[in-house]
Parts: sequence; C-alpha cells; structure tokens
Amino acid sequence: MAAKPKLCYFRGRGRMESIRWLLAAAGVEFEEEFIETREQYEKLQKDGRLLFGQVPLVEMDGMVLTQTKAILSYLAAKYDLYGKDLKERVRVDMYADGTLDLMMMIALAAFKTPGEKEENLALVVKKAKTCYFPAFEKILKDHGEDFLVGNKFSWADVQLLEAILMVEELDASVLSDFPLLKVVCEQPHKAQEAMNRDKDFSKICLQAFKTRISSIPTIKKFLQPGSQRKLPPDSHYVKTVRKVLQL
Amino acid sequence: MAAKPKLYYFDGRGRMEPIRWLLAAAGVEFEEEFLETSKDLEKLRNDGSLMFQQVPMVEIDGMKLVQCRAILNYIAAKYNLYGKDTKERALIDMYIEGVADLNEMYLFWSISPPNEQAAKMTQMKDKIANCYLPAFEKVLKSHGQDYVVGNRLSRADIHLVELLYTVDELDPSLLANFPLLKALKTRISNLPTVKKFLQPGSPRKPPLDEKNLAKVKEIFQLK
Repeated sequence: MAAKPKLCYFRGRGRMESIRWLLAAAGVEFEEEFIETREQYEKLQKDGRLLFGQVPLVEMDGMVLTQTKAILSYLAAKYDLYGKDLKERVRVDMYADGTLDLMMMIALAAFKTPGEKEENLALVVKKAKTCYFPAFEKILKDHGEDFLVGNKFSWADVQLLEAILMVEELDASVLSDFPLLKVVCEQPHKAQEAMNRDKDFSKICLQAFKTRISSIPTIKKFLQPGSQRKLPPDSHYVKTVRKVLQL
Repeated sequence: MAAKPKLYYFDGRGRMEPIRWLLAAAGVEFEEEFLETSKDLEKLRNDGSLMFQQVPMVEIDGMKLVQCRAILNYIAAKYNLYGKDTKERALIDMYIEGVADLNEMYLFWSISPPNEQAAKMTQMKDKIANCYLPAFEKVLKSHGQDYVVGNRLSRADIHLVELLYTVDELDPSLLANFPLLKALKTRISNLPTVKKFLQPGSPRKPPLDEKNLAKVKEIFQLK
C-alpha cells in the first residue's frame, strides 16, 4: 500500500490549508509534521528537501514537492478534480487561482500591525462581496449546475467553499444578508419572479452551493471537530512563524 | 484560420510578460490592446470582460481568460510545453513557481517608492544569488541535460531564461558563478522562436521607466 502523503508546515493554515482541504476532499489520509522551532526549520533547509528554502513541503509518490500551487495542481490532476479537458482545466485554474488570491490576503493580514490588519481584512471582505462572490454567483446562475465546472465536483468547488467559510469567519453576514431567502422559503411560487428581479439572488446561489458542497461526505468529515482542518491564525501561530522564519 | 490570441494589459512587462514569452516561444503570433488610462481599465471592467476585475486578460480560443497562472497553464498545455506526465508537470510547476515568486519581488520593486528601492534590491539580489540561482544550477547539474525537465523543451526553460535576462539587466555579475545556467540561457536564446522574440521590434517589453511608471500608477490607481 502506498505511503500516506506527508505534510510539513506550521500548525496552522497559512499556505498549507488549501492542500489539506484538497486531500481531505479527495478522501486521502495524510500525515503532518509540524514546525515549532527555528532549529527544525534550519535542519529542513540543510537536508536539502526545500528547493527554495521554504515550506509548505509535501512528500508523496516518491517526490519532494514544495510550492503550494505546484502541489495543488498535482493533487487535482491525480484525484481527477481538474476537469475533463484543457478548456475545463483552465476554468478550474482561473477559479482556484482567484479564490487562492483572496485567501492569501487573509493569511498575510495576520502578520500585519493591528491597524493594518483590520484595514486589510475589511478590504478582503469588501472584495469578496463586490468582486469575487458575485463572479462565482454569475457562473453558478448562468449554467444552473451544482458544481462550478463541467457539472462535476472539482478543485474549484473545494476552494470556493474554503474561501466562503474563511470570509464568513470575518463577516458572518457575507452570504446571508439578503432579502430574497425569505421569499424563496415562504412563498416558493413567487421565488422565480423575485429571483429574476433581484440581483441579490446571487447570494442564494452561493448559500445553496455552500450547503451542497459541505454535505459531500469527505468534506463533511473534514468539517467535523478533530479533523486536520486548522484554526484561524491566532497570536501564538503568528509568534511561532515569526520566530521560525526570523521575520 | 483561428483568430490570434489577444492580450489586454498596459504597454509594459508587469504580469503579462511571461505570457508574451511563452506564446512567442511556442511560435504563436498574438495581438495586444494596451490600456493607456484608468478609464480603459474601467471600460473593460464594465464590459464584464474581467472575471475578477483585473488584468492580465487574454482572449484565446473563444475564451476571455484571467489569472496569469491559469493563462500560462493553458498555453503551456496547448502547445505541449508542460512535460509528458503529471510527475514532470509537478516538477515544472515547482520550478516555475519559484521563478514566479522572484518575478513578484521584481514587480513590487519596480513600482515601489525610490526611497524603498535600494533595500528591496538588496533583498532581491540576496535571494537571487543565494537561493534561486543555486537551486536551478543544482537541478541542471543533477541530470546534466540540456533542458530543465524531461530532457526536452518545456515552459520551465522559457520562464527560467526570461528570469535570467532580468537578472542580467539588474546585475550581470550575479550570473558569473552559474555556468550551467549561462549555457541554458545561450541555448534557449538560440531557438528560432526565442531568437526572434529577442530581436528589437518584437512584442518583448523593456523595463519600466519613469514615464511608464507614472502611467501604471494612474491606470491601476496605485499610490
């Protein structure tokens, strides 16, 4: 039996979390080695396993892989979460890259000074509400399918859910403050008319998407307490990373 | 005959340059529409052409693609410059992501205020000399082949050589201790498509000068 992939990173989200999500979504068990000291980090660098001296690091299938996006692309291809052809693949890439940009803004904000951090996070929520989520809403609305690309579960869906949950941690109302849901629930016969009229229908689409993807068994399992999903960055995490990377 | 790909960006390197290099290396002719003012960017956004309201954007094969990585991945796969299987692809991706990280540093350096540039340059040169170039030299040494991955031309060679030209512009002495990288640069530069792209008058863009920096700041409303 093949060895489980082994992840090496800090005990927190950072640039590794999307990798954890994708492995979990694909139903792949993995092991983790957590970096807690500068000495550990220096040893990794001396061992020559970090091509550019950086983590994330994932060892699997006889390869020593670094660079988050390289790892994510490999996993998506290996576990058939990358669309069926080149045209579907480019859409998965576009969507995944967009959500990753959004999530990286959140990850990096943790390391700013308190004032800057608040400002950056407010900007992230604004971008999510005015740019990213409406873009995904339009995609879902235009094809009316359950998944973002090719009517089939893909890496793009996993990352969008991850991004939605992450932004909701900053602002719980980001998907839920819309008037239409009331209509849809209480007066279903008026729903279509209301949907056509109101651009806030977008939020219903994403809310339904979130529920749907969260119910996929592998994802549901990952969302339970006790899974390998990591918590938002706290002061201990930021302190550890600063110490190890000598920031 | 299929329409030529059309690139939407400002008339400069920025995040579009690797796309120009890759298309050129693949022997693909392309057109460009240059943003001159922030109003041009507004128009593209209002047209609904930019999925995340950002450029680069490339119209190709009936699609309006955004996100550099997605665009480059598509071009590389379409023109068979992405290795022969997923494992080669993973290696290529790992190497080119390193190149991309350094390109990011270069990009931010080029638009940062003059009083911050010296420090950023020092940091960048340090990374180039002590991290990135040694890593790539080691890869070439490990297999002794003419190309970075899989003993044949791939996007890894193109993106790396583009980087080596940038490094050369910043400080030619940085390349001095890396004979295999120098040889790769020469070899790739002699490929007919690349050679053509390196000629004056090609779509290749020069480094950002003061006039264009001001233009960039206006277009993207940067401080």
